Amino acid sequence: MSFFDAFLNWDVFVQTLPLLVSGLTITISLGLSAIVLGLAGGLLLVLLRLYGPTPLRQIATGYIDIFRAIPLLVLLVVIYYALPFAGLRLTPFTSATMALSFVSAAYSAEIFRAGIEGVPRGQFEAARALGLNAYRRMSDIILPQAIKLVIPPITSNSINVFKDTALASVVAMPDLLKQATQAQALSANPTPLISAAVIYIALLLPLVRLVSVFERRLAAKGR
Amino acid sequence: MAAIIDIKNLTKNFGGFRALDGVDLQVAEGEIVVIIGPSGSGKSTLIRCINQLEEHDGGTIAVDGHAVQKGADLTAIRTELGMVFQSFNLFPHLSVLRNVSLAPVRVRGLSWPEADARARKLLERVGLKDHIDKYPAQLSGGQQQRVGIARALAMEPKVLLFDEPTSALDPEMVGEVLDVIQQLAKTGVTMMVVTHEMGFARKAANRVVFMDAGRIVEQGPPDALFDTPRDERLRNFLNAVLSH
Repeated sequence: MSFFDAFLNWDVFVQTLPLLVSGLTITISLGLSAIVLGLAGGLLLVLLRLYGPTPLRQIATGYIDIFRAIPLLVLLVVIYYALPFAGLRLTPFTSATMALSFVSAAYSAEIFRAGIEGVPRGQFEAARALGLNAYRRMSDIILPQAIKLVIPPITSNSINVFKDTALASVVAMPDLLKQATQAQALSANPTPLISAAVIYIALLLPLVRLVSVFERRLAAKGR
Repeated sequence: MAAIIDIKNLTKNFGGFRALDGVDLQVAEGEIVVIIGPSGSGKSTLIRCINQLEEHDGGTIAVDGHAVQKGADLTAIRTELGMVFQSFNLFPHLSVLRNVSLAPVRVRGLSWPEADARARKLLERVGLKDHIDKYPAQLSGGQQQRVGIARALAMEPKVLLFDEPTSALDPEMVGEVLDVIQQLAKTGVTMMVVTHEMGFARKAANRVVFMDAGRIVEQGPPDALFDTPRDERLRNFLNAVLSH
């Protein structure tokens, strides 16, 4: 068998493409929901951690630490395989969305915190001196500046979340990787796996480039 | 006449450092009080306590009869106190116009068109008519500080607090900002100004307060304070700042 027949087999590629496309749509919807939920959760967590009443502040801090310490794959397996023993049976998609967004929320919270702490003190003081309430100080003055500061690391984190969707294949989720391995088994040829790898790269490479562009732009502005 | 600002026996510590050590000060409505003194004398801390950017440790502050303390409705009190900062603290992500019109909408409840109209008028008054759509970073220091003044005025506060408004400016821009403040002084608004500009103090102030080591050492009309200083610390201070 030649190299092309084995790894870049056109016929196999065409045959298995529908399978890969169905996997891709699941990967994309899983990635997007986890990213959006992770960002929303991260924002909530950081506000509780920085400005919440003491007990909530401690809970938020504990959450952020624990979910940065637990391996994502372990969390995913616990949610999918262990929770049913507590009577909670979740679909692979729900389990994967939860695991990904729980962990992403913890990382996002830390990134947002760096952003908020990067906003100069005088901005907080001016907002307070004008009589803006806590909600308006955040929504109108602090967060717009903080989020601008953390666009590069937040994009980076989103890329990681998207890549980690591949772990969901462990819980029988028919995502891009799972479909590719199945297609490989069916066709007895690794071309679908190579195709999947190329699709992941094609999807994420532009975003990786974008992070560098953001970073350069931010650095130029900082001067 | 009741004092609009009434400070009694105010104390404030930063760790082991006593920044304010029993300050009594009453400011009448319409009065222009200029506070001078060496660095670290507590003058900035004093006006930052009035709108609670710093919490005081002892004594009392009342603004227009309302006690300023922990748990008080600080929003209501801050609404009546306009503050102009040494480092301007304009909002860099908002246009000049929005810097000025934001708080009237969010705090006073004005509509955007009303607030924008008010902002335009104020920006024109401080000589920035042509810059309303720019962003703070596009302006010079002097222009930024004039936006800062317009932003404070837009809330129509009863008292304006100036915390060293010209200290961060290049020398050639000090004049344009002081001119604006001096014009304001003629409008009858109550002002407390912390500054190192002695010429401005002499021209604009009704009363000059000299602070040292967290206390008010001497106060009076500018001519008396500058021409016949009684306390030796004030004499030394004036010698130091006026001799160069």
